[in-house]
Amino acid sequence: MKKEMTYLDTVYRDGAIWNLSMMAILMLFPIVVALIFHAVPDWHGLAVGLVATAPMYWAVAVVETVTYVPMLGAGGSYLSFVTGNIANLKLPCALNALEQAGVKANSEEGEVVSTIAIAVSSIVTTVIIALGVALIVPLTPLLSQKALEPAFAQILPALFGGLGVVFVSKNWRIAVAPVVLMLALFIFVPALNAGTVGIMVPVGVVFTLAVSRILYKKGLLG
Amino acid sequence: MQFSTNSPILFLLVGAIIAAVLAQSVFFLVKALRRARALGMDMGRLKKTMTTAAVFTIAPAVAIVISVITLSKDLGLPLPWLRLSVVGSMSYETIAATNAESAMGLTFGRVAALTAEQYVTIALVMTISIMVGIWLVPLLCRKLQNGMISMEKRDRKWGDIFQNALFIGMIAAFLGYVFCDFSTVFRGDTSGLVPVCVMLVSALVMALAGLAVRTLKWHWIADYALPVSLVAGMAAAIPITAWLG
Repeated sequence: MKKEMTYLDTVYRDGAIWNLSMMAILMLFPIVVALIFHAVPDWHGLAVGLVATAPMYWAVAVVETVTYVPMLGAGGSYLSFVTGNIANLKLPCALNALEQAGVKANSEEGEVVSTIAIAVSSIVTTVIIALGVALIVPLTPLLSQKALEPAFAQILPALFGGLGVVFVSKNWRIAVAPVVLMLALFIFVPALNAGTVGIMVPVGVVFTLAVSRILYKKGLLG
Repeated sequence: MQFSTNSPILFLLVGAIIAAVLAQSVFFLVKALRRARALGMDMGRLKKTMTTAAVFTIAPAVAIVISVITLSKDLGLPLPWLRLSVVGSMSYETIAATNAESAMGLTFGRVAALTAEQYVTIALVMTISIMVGIWLVPLLCRKLQNGMISMEKRDRKWGDIFQNALFIGMIAAFLGYVFCDFSTVFRGDTSGLVPVCVMLVSALVMALAGLAVRTLKWHWIADYALPVSLVAGMAAAIPITAWLG
């Protein structure tokens, strides 16, 4: 007898169909543009551009997938890796939703809540960007104002200040060591900056897991 | 057909792709809501979750619009619109566009008019470079999630701690990032304190919201605490930057 599919099974199936289709559609864009305008790519420029860009992005993508998928849940992962802006938007949004709903991330309710939050965030982002593009002429002078620059430059500190209070205060035993380590690294290693924070996320995660395991084995976590 | 980085046909193509992305989001939203109903979850609570997610997204999404405007100076509107609506982020796309342009002898930010060949080359570099996550998730998601589930089954308490540790590790990295320019203070430059002060304002607003929920029982505040702390931090950045540089 055929085994009935669980909700998660259907998420894996639908997610794979959607993501692989989206990949094909995205790849079609430059190809269709080339066909419409009879344009042959600059093969030398393409090769040099890819060598300079792709290896780093591919490595980051592998690390991000392994790090973020367990946090985002299945449905949230399929959506987030298509719509992007994971660490600065989708993941904080999902974390806040889980916190507000009072459900565990690793439960089915958590999976549902995380997917709903990320889907809504993706829809709102897509609509706002589309509106921004449609209204680009009146919006450009408004959004390009010098006075507003500092506000948009400081989105990440403003976001993680609030999020940090919630999660660090609830898990302070496991948070102390990684927060101290990351502060020390970012203050005293000049190479660490906005461009490298994505690479430091897996470092922070692995270190926190190791510290948590030690504390747990010693019976220091509740 | 005469090529322009703002050609109507490019808007049409990008609009169609973005409609497909929107359809994927709607599909998963409906699927999750149906499952929530089947699980007997509180639908009123989920409505609040959706409202909070929407409100929280507005400020970061406006920042993405600014990124689209910035990139459009070189690439026209359709390509940045596509790249920042699907997968991309400002930093990734700027690096990819800069590398692709410099590989063809161009300088990012100083391109008067791209040819169709240059445009296609840039679009290919940006697309191929950023694609890995999209196909890697279908490949790894089930394995990673099953690993989490079996860990949870073996030791439920460690499963919970593991999940919290993942979140804390990520948050710790970003809290560290807030201090990345802090060392400028040792040279008498206070500009490195700006992100730290912004973070503190946001943290203070969130702490006050938590206090209001606990002591005054104003539970409605909890739904909007994160978006409000985000906007308060961003608003505070304006006078703080004027003060500290």
